[in-house]
Amino acid sequence: MGYDPANPMVDRITDIGPPHFEQFFPPVIKNNYGKWLYHEITQPGVLMHKSETGDECWTVRIGAARLVSIEYIREICEIADKHCEGSVRWTTRNNVEFMVDAKDKVKPLMDDLASRSNKFPVGGTGAGMTSIVHTQGWVHCHTPATDASGVVKAVMDELFDYFTSHTMPAQVRVALACCLNMCGAVHASDVAILGIHRKPPMVDHDAIAGLCELPLAIASCPLGAVSPTKATNSKGVEVKSVKVKNERCMFCGNCYTMCPAMPLSDPDGDGIAILVGGKVSNRISYPKFSKLVIPFLPNTPPRWPETVAAVKNIIDTYAKDARKYERIGDWAERIGWEKFFEKTGIPFTIHCIDDYRLAYDTWRTTTQFKFTSHIK
Amino acid sequence: MAKRDTPLLDELEKGPWPSFVTDLKRQAEKKPECWDILGQLELSYHDRITHWKHGGIVGVFGYGGGIVGRYSDLPKEFPGVAHFHTIRVNQPSSKFYNTAKLRALCDLWEKHGSGMTNFHGSTGDLILLGTTTDHLEPLFYELTHELHQDLGGSGSNLRSPACCIGKARCEWSCFDTQAACHGLTMHYQDELHRPAFPYKFKFKFSGCPNDCVAALARSDFAVIGTWKDDIRIDQAAVQSYIKGEFPSNGGAHSGRDWGPFDIQKEVIGLCPTECMWMEGDELKIDTSECTRCMHCINVMPRALRPGVETGATVNVGAKAPILEGAQFATLTIPFIKVDPESEFEELIEQIEKIWDWWMEIGKNRERVGETIQRVGLPTFMKIMELEPIPQMVREPRSNPYIFWQEDEVPGGFERDVREFRKKHAQ
Repeated sequence: MGYDPANPMVDRITDIGPPHFEQFFPPVIKNNYGKWLYHEITQPGVLMHKSETGDECWTVRIGAARLVSIEYIREICEIADKHCEGSVRWTTRNNVEFMVDAKDKVKPLMDDLASRSNKFPVGGTGAGMTSIVHTQGWVHCHTPATDASGVVKAVMDELFDYFTSHTMPAQVRVALACCLNMCGAVHASDVAILGIHRKPPMVDHDAIAGLCELPLAIASCPLGAVSPTKATNSKGVEVKSVKVKNERCMFCGNCYTMCPAMPLSDPDGDGIAILVGGKVSNRISYPKFSKLVIPFLPNTPPRWPETVAAVKNIIDTYAKDARKYERIGDWAERIGWEKFFEKTGIPFTIHCIDDYRLAYDTWRTTTQFKFTSHIK
Repeated sequence: MAKRDTPLLDELEKGPWPSFVTDLKRQAEKKPECWDILGQLELSYHDRITHWKHGGIVGVFGYGGGIVGRYSDLPKEFPGVAHFHTIRVNQPSSKFYNTAKLRALCDLWEKHGSGMTNFHGSTGDLILLGTTTDHLEPLFYELTHELHQDLGGSGSNLRSPACCIGKARCEWSCFDTQAACHGLTMHYQDELHRPAFPYKFKFKFSGCPNDCVAALARSDFAVIGTWKDDIRIDQAAVQSYIKGEFPSNGGAHSGRDWGPFDIQKEVIGLCPTECMWMEGDELKIDTSECTRCMHCINVMPRALRPGVETGATVNVGAKAPILEGAQFATLTIPFIKVDPESEFEELIEQIEKIWDWWMEIGKNRERVGETIQRVGLPTFMKIMELEPIPQMVREPRSNPYIFWQEDEVPGGFERDVREFRKKHAQ
């Protein structure tokens, strides 16, 4: 029995898919599936869902690093066994939710969580900040322009009070992607922290023949900056390779994705751009893309002070100035982007003006504008 | 593997937010290769650049996805992470677990990998971070035989579908997102495990237009709950909100004094279609004008609920910016029944129309949203056998460059220029 390396295909099981979700439901969820009437966030991090059966589900939400160990998960299990009949769930934003079926079970659960140093902060609900969704960064990825877990930790430390309170005009969703591939899909976030490259790829003429399909490398460039060439490798041998027209490069890194012989990461070239005002929800206004307001901040590990300060400034300014229910993008559109730059004190630079596809859609084609400090 | 000094990373053990560095060090006590994760990461913090090599194809027999190869570019310095592959395990719908299952997963990963995970990856998978090639087949054997679980998607295939919490614990879910996610994941196991598409393809299921799983922003096929009939109103509860007996927005604004609740300013005045008004003590809604944005329901969850004639809207073609720019998914089917009884055949029919076409004409690494941009929305609507309706666009076109078809014009396109010249001298 067990795996036999000599006969790997014997008794093979494939295509069974994920386990059915229902087997993991605690009784209060199973009994009230589809019967929920309303909910209330009774305090930051604590939700009460009321069922038409009269049952109540009390949820305690905690923030978590996305990068977690099995020791941490075992501790989650210990807590879930003690308080939640062995059930627990994760949210789409890497929060953990512990559910109990009565109000009087909430306090013992919260006391237990609080007793375990700072591992299980309660919050992430309502008009506050919730966990930052993010990518792998330097911990596990080959294309990042910045780290992920470290930047997120530094930003969450600074904005921690917004995680444990309901003091903002609306919810604020922050996301981080460590390169333009955006496995984290940060393009519709209130604040997006995005790793970017600023130096064109190098071409490794020694390695390219063995690593890359040249036509794919050439076709990978959206701006036609990569073209075929003959080059001399370090042994003096002429090889078929590619060249890069640097002035056409937009630093997307797609060529490196297709061809490992075209690395573009660089300690001084790489860093962080900040985009704001995106949202996913259809509430009041249409979903919006995040807009680039800070083109570059340097990579300054271990705590990225420039990025932390930039995110805090944007969120603090918004929190003070916006109306109840207004998301960052709704606020910026109401006051006008010129006012956004004035109120936040973020310098408007030429890099904030789109010159890629569909750029014209973002130019202002009206005489309506506000006289801000930008007009001398 | 020796313990590593990590003076830079140690700075990330400070502060109120849970520290992944502290967690990694805790795991390193049992899994010493975690010291090499820390060591290589410390070096990246010093060098300000990644030390992971590009790719490398690894997998299990018969599958083309689910495992991502990863190698250190300094294998001698960090032998514990020289080979450090990622395994994607398909998560259960909306990520409920029991502790028996979680402990079994932890034991499996203690035996076969680094002990580090992502709970969860961006697409939704449960990610196991870091193992060697020789562990892949044994791990897959135990995952399927003992844990009765399977790998998720990677590469140019169907990625692991994901959904919001749905009817499990939300009063607004207009269809059973978990059942749809699970049902279609099971239906398309072959497409999930064996890449045959031009590029990745994602399904996501949100139960209402709040779209908690961000389907509209990041899935090729976004199914988002909606309803056709009247918003259900409890007029007594409306009065309780007006009197301040219930907190607005379910208590979401409790940390700040926003003044007394003002239904005119906070609900009626913010309605994007101005379809609400008070008639005496009664709140009225003109359903035919409502676009179901959820704002009023979000603000007064004890007074307002979605209607009962529920289903979903299907939008197609979202993606992040690489390469042509970010796209939200475009409204394709305004209303569709999502029915577990029919095993979701209504959705399957639409999905397969898209796939049959996209697999034929999609270019390498072209998301379906980009293919639609390339051929135009009218062409896509013909593929989908859909009648054009104004709901598919924000506004009609502002240029007159219509691609008229020959059969739309009397006499067709062929003409005789000599006949033309008899009446019109050169």
